[in-house]
Amino acid sequence: MSEIIKNGGIVSDDWQVLKLAEGESVESVVLPGTATLLPLAVWLARKPEIIASGQKTGVWLESSEDPAAIAADVAHFTVIGIDFPKFTDGRGYSSARLLRERYGYCGEIRAIGDVLLDQLFYMKRCGIDAFALRADQNPEKALASLATFSESYQAAVDQPQPLFRRRAA
Amino acid sequence: MYRYDDLDQQLLNERVSQYRDQMARHLAGELSADDLRPLRLQNGLYIQRHGPMLRIAIPYGMLSAAQLRKLAEISRRYDRSVGHFTTRQNMQLNWPKFEETPEILSELATVEMHAIQTSGNCIRNITTDHFAGVAPDELSDPRPYCEVLRQWSTFHPEFAFLPRKFKIAVNAAAQDRAVIRAHDIGLEVVNNEAGEQGIKVFVGGGLGRTPILGKVVREFLPRKHMLSYLDAILRVYNRYGRRDNAYKARVKILVQALGIEEFSRQVEAEWAYLKDGPTTLTDTEFDRIAQHFPAPAYEKLPAENAGYSAQLAEDKAFANWAARSVHGHKVPGYAAITLSLKKTGVAPGDISEVQMIAVADLADRFSFGELRISHEQNVVLSDVKKGDLYEIWKIGRSNGLATPNIGLLTDMICCPGGDLCSLANARSIPIAEAVQNKFDDLDYLHDIGEIAINISGCMNSCGHHHVAAIGILGVDKGGEEWYQITLGGQQGNSTSIGKVIGPSFYAVEVPDVIEALINVYLEQRTPQERFIDTVQRIGAEPFKTRAYAGRDKRKAAANNEERKVANV
Ligand code: SF4
Repeated sequence: MSEIIKNGGIVSDDWQVLKLAEGESVESVVLPGTATLLPLAVWLARKPEIIASGQKTGVWLESSEDPAAIAADVAHFTVIGIDFPKFTDGRGYSSARLLRERYGYCGEIRAIGDVLLDQLFYMKRCGIDAFALRADQNPEKALASLATFSESYQAAVDQPQPLFRRRAA
Repeated sequence: MYRYDDLDQQLLNERVSQYRDQMARHLAGELSADDLRPLRLQNGLYIQRHGPMLRIAIPYGMLSAAQLRKLAEISRRYDRSVGHFTTRQNMQLNWPKFEETPEILSELATVEMHAIQTSGNCIRNITTDHFAGVAPDELSDPRPYCEVLRQWSTFHPEFAFLPRKFKIAVNAAAQDRAVIRAHDIGLEVVNNEAGEQGIKVFVGGGLGRTPILGKVVREFLPRKHMLSYLDAILRVYNRYGRRDNAYKARVKILVQALGIEEFSRQVEAEWAYLKDGPTTLTDTEFDRIAQHFPAPAYEKLPAENAGYSAQLAEDKAFANWAARSVHGHKVPGYAAITLSLKKTGVAPGDISEVQMIAVADLADRFSFGELRISHEQNVVLSDVKKGDLYEIWKIGRSNGLATPNIGLLTDMICCPGGDLCSLANARSIPIAEAVQNKFDDLDYLHDIGEIAINISGCMNSCGHHHVAAIGILGVDKGGEEWYQITLGGQQGNSTSIGKVIGPSFYAVEVPDVIEALINVYLEQRTPQERFIDTVQRIGAEPFKTRAYAGRDKRKAAANNEERKVANV
C-alpha cells in the first residue's frame, strides 16, 4: 500500500508497476496478477492471456512510447501510467492529452516516476488525474498545488474551451 | 498597448505566489537546487558568473512609460541602478539578490510585468518589429498577433518541458526587422490572393552552434488556424525532438533530420486532428485584442515641418543625429526615432536608472507614453512630431541617449559575454568597447556608413553574430580568449549566415582586423555600396587576405603589449 493523489484527495493505493528486471523477457515474465501496471511491450505481446485472466488491468508508457500503440485497447485498462523518467522530460504531457483527446480514454491516467508537486498543475491540465509522487514529496502540498492557478489561457483536457471563448464580452 | 483585465492580473498574481512559495521551500531545504532550477528559469532567474541574473519579459518589446519607471525603481532598489536590454527585447538585471527575486516579481506584477518564460525549455518571449504599428511598409500591425501568442504560450501546460528553448518571432512588414528566419518559428503576416489575412510559417531557424535559416512549412495559413497549427508543430517537436544532447535538441535539428517535407507531413497529420477545434482563433478575440492597439490621437499635420527643416540646415550635429535616428512613419508629420544605447564606454544595451526615467519622461511628453525596445538593443519612440525632434535630441543628448550611430559601425549588438555570463568562452563588452574606441571619429563613422558588427561571447550566439556583416565570436583555446570573425551575414529580407574567414584572433588584434576589413571596403566600394554589398560583389577573399596580412607583426606587437602589461 502506498499513498497517491487521486480524485482531489490523498488515498492509499495497491497498484504495482511491473518493470522487467535484468534477464526477464516480455514472454517469460511472471504476471503478478491483479492491479498491475504492465510494460507496454508485455501488453502488446500477451494481450489475449491478460484479457483472459479477467483481472483489473493497467499498462504504463515510457516517455518515448507512442500512445497510438494502445489506441484500440484503452477500454481494457483501469489505469494507464505515464512515466516521467525525469521531471524535465515533457513528452508525457503530450501522451496524456493524446490518450484523452484523441483515443477517448476515460479511466485513470497516473503519473509515475519523477513526479514532483510543482508539475502537478500542468499534468492535471493535460488529463492526468492520479499522481504517484516521488517519495520525498509532501502530499498535502502537492494536493494544494492543483489549485495554483484559478484560470488558464489555453484549451486542454480539464478545460476544453480556451479562455478567449469564455471571457465575458 | 495591451492592458490586463482582471483575469490576466489574477493569473499573474497567482504566478508570483507560486514562485514565492517555491523559493521559500527551496530556502527551507524542501526543494533542491536541481528541482528548483527549471522553475526559477521559467521565472527568468539565472545563476551567473557573479551571482543571480533576472531576465524580465518585455512582451514584443513594448513598454509604457509607467512600466519603464517601475524598472528604474526596481533597478535602484534591488540592483545597481542599471538594466541591460537584450536581443530578445527583454531586460536583464545583473545584480539582484537571489532571495529578493520574489519581491521583484511582485513589484513587476503591479505594472503588468513579469519574468515568465524568459528562460527554460519552453516557449519564450515573442518578439517583433520595433516599428510595429507605425512602419510605412507594414501590411498589418503585428502586435495583436503577438499578444494572442503571448496568451496562448503563457503557462501552456503541454509545452513547459520541451527538449530545448523555443523562440517565436512575428513580422508583418515588407522589410523583416524581426529576423524571423533565425527563430524556431517565424511568422510572417501575409494576405492571400482572395485578400484574406493569414500567416506564412517558417520553422527550424536558429543561430547558436548550428546556424540555420527557417524553412517554410506553410505558405499560407488562415489567421484563425494560427494557434492550432502552432500546437501541432510544438507537439511534433515535444514528442520527437532530441532529448539526449542539448546541442542537438532545438527544432532545427529535428527539421534537418527529418527533412522539411517529412516534418511538414507530420505536422499536417497532427494538425488534421486539431484543426477547427476549440483553439481556433475567433475574430471576436482577435478584434478584442486588436482594440488594445489603437492608433494614438495623432494631430493632423503637414508632412514636412518648416522648423525641423531649418534646424537640420542650421545644426550639423542635429542633422547627423537625425540622419541616423529618425525613421519614416505612416502618419504625415510624425516620425519614429531611435535613442542609442551604444555610447562608447558603456556596455551596449545598458541603460541607467537615470536614463530610464529620462526616456519615460520623453515618452510621456512626446510619444503618447509608450516606447519599444529593439532587438538591436536600443530604445524606440514611435510617435513623435517632427516639430519636437530638436527638443528630444537636446534632452536625449544631455542624457547620453543621442549618439548619432544608429545602423553604423559602433551600433554593435553585443551579449554580456564573459564579464557576466557563466556560459561565455570570452568577454564581449571590452571587445565592443575597443572597436568603438578605434572608430570614434564621427565623420569617419558616417563615411563608412551602414554596417552591422555583432559580438557573441560563445556559440549560443545571443549577440546574433551570424547575421552581421562582420560577426565576432568568442572562442576558448586552452583557457585563452580568442575571437573568430565571420563575414557576410545579414538580417532583413535577405537574411544570411556569415562565413568564418579563418583562424581566430587574439583580443588585442580584433580592432585592427576590423579596420583592415573596413579598409578593403573603403578602397573597393562603388559610390552606392554599403559594406555588405561590397562583400557580396567582390567576395570574401580580398577581405581575408587583408585581415591576415601582417598578422605576425600584429601578433608580436600583441605579445609585447601583453608583456608590458604583465610587467606593470
Ligand atoms: S552568447 Fe554566450 S556568452 Fe553571450 S550571453 Fe549568450 S550564452 Fe552568454
